[in-house]
Amino acid sequence: MSDVAPRPGDPAVTPELVAEHGLTSEEYDRLVRMLGRTPTFTELGIISALWSEHCSYKHSRNLLKTLPTTAPWVLQGPGENAGVISIGDGLAVAFKIESHNHPSAVEPYQGAATGVGGILRDVFTMGARPIAMLNSLRFGSLDSARTRYLFAGVVKGIGDYGNCVGIPTVAGEIVFDAAYEGNPLVNAMCVGLMHENQLIRAKAEGVGNPIIAVGARTGRDGIHGASFASEDLSEASDAKRPRVQVGDPFTEKLLLEASLELIRSGHIVAIQDMGAAGLTSSSAEMAERGDVGVTIDVSKVPVRESGMTPYEILLSESQERMLVVAHKGREAEVRTILQKWDLQAEVIGEVIAEPVYRVTEGDRVVAEFPGSRLVTDCPRYSPPAEEDSAIAALRAVDVASIAELEEEKDPAWTLRQLLSSPTIASKRWAYQQYDSTVRTNTVVGPGGDAAVLRIRGTSKGIAVKTDCNGRYTYLDPLNGGRIAVAEAARNVACTGARPRAITNCLNFGNPRKPSVYYQLREAIRGMGEACEVLSTPVTGGNVSLYNESPRSSVYPTPVVGMVGVLESIDNVTRSTFENEGDAILLVGDTRDELGGTEYLATIHSTIAGQPPVCDLELERRAIEALLEAIDAGAITSAHDCSDGGLAVALAECCIANLDAQLGADVDISEVFTGASRSAFFGETQGRYVLSSTNTATVEKIMQSHGVTVTRIGIVTPRSNGLKIRFNGTVIDSDIESLSSAWHNSIPSIMSAPAVAEDPEPAMTVV
Amino acid sequence: MKFGVVTFPGSNCDYDAYRAVIDSLGEDAVYIWHKDHDLQNSDVIILPGGFSYGDYLRPGAIARFSPVMTEVVQHARRGGPVMAICNGFQIACEAGLLPGALLRNASLQFVSAPVNLRIENADTMFTSAYEEHEVIRVPIAHGDGRYTASEHELDTLEGAGRIVFRYVDAKGEITNSANPNGSARNIAGIVNAEGNVLGMMPHPERALDDLLGSHDGLGLFESILSRVAA
Repeated sequence: MSDVAPRPGDPAVTPELVAEHGLTSEEYDRLVRMLGRTPTFTELGIISALWSEHCSYKHSRNLLKTLPTTAPWVLQGPGENAGVISIGDGLAVAFKIESHNHPSAVEPYQGAATGVGGILRDVFTMGARPIAMLNSLRFGSLDSARTRYLFAGVVKGIGDYGNCVGIPTVAGEIVFDAAYEGNPLVNAMCVGLMHENQLIRAKAEGVGNPIIAVGARTGRDGIHGASFASEDLSEASDAKRPRVQVGDPFTEKLLLEASLELIRSGHIVAIQDMGAAGLTSSSAEMAERGDVGVTIDVSKVPVRESGMTPYEILLSESQERMLVVAHKGREAEVRTILQKWDLQAEVIGEVIAEPVYRVTEGDRVVAEFPGSRLVTDCPRYSPPAEEDSAIAALRAVDVASIAELEEEKDPAWTLRQLLSSPTIASKRWAYQQYDSTVRTNTVVGPGGDAAVLRIRGTSKGIAVKTDCNGRYTYLDPLNGGRIAVAEAARNVACTGARPRAITNCLNFGNPRKPSVYYQLREAIRGMGEACEVLSTPVTGGNVSLYNESPRSSVYPTPVVGMVGVLESIDNVTRSTFENEGDAILLVGDTRDELGGTEYLATIHSTIAGQPPVCDLELERRAIEALLEAIDAGAITSAHDCSDGGLAVALAECCIANLDAQLGADVDISEVFTGASRSAFFGETQGRYVLSSTNTATVEKIMQSHGVTVTRIGIVTPRSNGLKIRFNGTVIDSDIESLSSAWHNSIPSIMSAPAVAEDPEPAMTVV
Repeated sequence: MKFGVVTFPGSNCDYDAYRAVIDSLGEDAVYIWHKDHDLQNSDVIILPGGFSYGDYLRPGAIARFSPVMTEVVQHARRGGPVMAICNGFQIACEAGLLPGALLRNASLQFVSAPVNLRIENADTMFTSAYEEHEVIRVPIAHGDGRYTASEHELDTLEGAGRIVFRYVDAKGEITNSANPNGSARNIAGIVNAEGNVLGMMPHPERALDDLLGSHDGLGLFESILSRVAA
């Protein structure tokens, strides 16, 4: 061990400074015990970042451990930069989802852009070439000018970054709900492709091997971003805008090509993104995975400006940087590859035998920690959990007794309202700003159930989708966790792909509140159950807690990113009706389930009731049956029945494809007994709307799996409109008005002004 | 026949163009690194889409100074075919190979969508496989695609049949709503006076397979093959 003395000019470590760094007094005591002395300012900074919620998962790790993570096709589970599954033919897919909520709340454009950049790096550091991006976004009501500003900024940030790097953005979801006012959720997912033997892990190995900083120079931006992401948002958060990083997608593109070239060259041992907590976490995590010591000299790190302190260099979150462990003696080769791409590579440290994590500034040791378990030796918490009784009461509300509005006498009015609700309406306004066709593999792009990409050189394809219903999870976290997985699986299966694995992004409030920790615990339990039954293990992900602002706490939102594999791309199935005269089939039972629905939220401004219940065994059987029917060539189109229920699903099948809209004549009197609004707009899970020319085969396959299937109608010419009969009640509408409601809603809302300033009066600073 | 696909730093459709030539056309393709001064005996040069130099300053403004552009310009002056797609079109305009410029889309938003193009002149080396006024469907994906030139220049292009593609509706009508970026006279693609340099914002290399939505771009590549081979 070396002598570590306070660095001249650094502030003294006082209880106030410790508190400012977000450490509790217990955590500080733990640090002092670990060091056997008072930490230096630099050491305090390092630990504050590594033990932040964002880096340490201290409130979630005990729960995450319970999730299933293995299957024969899983090549890399949680703990690496991204998960990896085999898709056969010697090929593998790396994928991961990550949040950039807090940065996007204060600086939507850069916040979202750097979210895309970070997740791209997580995937290509595994050795995979990124082939698709998805994003899962949640905002407050679009009626607010501030929300429109955030929405427009986030969409532009995602587009400008992904478009420039040249990775198609192919799918995702966008939800609007007052619960996300002031704290939008921006989750970005990246999917990459590689040969199985190109997989590389971020594990530092080999005493004497050089540690090399690669890519952009280190500046003063994003310092303490990880800690910022680990506290509640407040009115003071705007002042922390400098903690938001600034992205440069051009450099990212160069770094992507250079990194893949480096990995394929065999000159390097390990590579990791300098993401959250920058140089600190990348070096500490690589050392820990390899169970080795490292020493880093910050004076060798290429910086953007002079006079940066070790503290700043270690905690900067400047973008587009990588940390590489190379084979000793190959430094020149590494440099040559980087130079080809006009990027920098500087040796800044080495792997050492001594089990310490050491940082020097020239000859002066400015930080030194014993052992190599800096990251996992963080505290872990399992705080008290208790359901909020107010939420339990909301769930118990008898929503069937809510009186219908006068307008609802014409259920076509209700349908149009739902179709134009921004959560259900077409998101073309957003995804038209994303290049979805670059790299020429996009078979089904944004707007379908899941996106489908062909895998060149094989007969295969992959299907990808993100899903979550935060409202369900709010009212019933266990069920909401199950449904997030099941819905993503349904969407993937609708394309003909078998769901294989998930990545998850858990967006919750402050876990120190028993009601929030309860939601987290139950939602993870529900996800775990669903992953188990559907054979889709979790291969990694991200936890984003403290999603609270003075105005609201977000709905607990456990977003699932699902990857599925299509054995034959020729079987790819789309969501919209294709041929007049095809039979329309409904798969699954319909129950009286209005609680927590989009109908109640949109028409009655009510968030209450028992959300639909998820029967995982039935979901599994329906997926098996659907895949078998698609393989048999018996299905023309398949669409998941979700937000807005059966009426919305049927309408989407008619109107979503602007080039080939059709009508439908349907009678659902047979499938359900109860109130007409539950029949039309209830959100019973496990249902699909299919069109088929071969109903006998579909019925036979469904029956063999014990899955209910009912022939409910026929696809008609567009001019016949959409007719949905339920006993005496009929939704009878022309296609034009439904199409206009669905396609024009968001463009029309977004033509109103968007402003960055919060129009509401200032709230108390917390 | 050999196609040379130039890779600038920030090019991201170089791979698509390369695959298009090999997979859909069955011809040879090579990547040409922007720092090199060697076109590797390519018969046809493709300046691909992307964000060369991050579109910094102006799309194409820095790439035109890349070392390889000296040889690309010489190739064009000798009458060698050049296909300049999307960012390549922007680079070709900046390099003086084509007249006019590409401005920020009128909507100020990036637009990614399939569009309808009408073949305005089927008698070029890039369009001979099409019928005059045939409507084809090809994707666009750009933020700076609003073609502009002086009225005089536009008249010259028009008079000489150098407007090759226009944005039209599904019926082939030239309308404002069919114009995705506000281009002057709905122009989607032009050729130089000699007819050997094509610039277009839409991506024909993304429209070569019905599985991906359209194979209407194939005619462009086939036209070059038949003309250059002849």
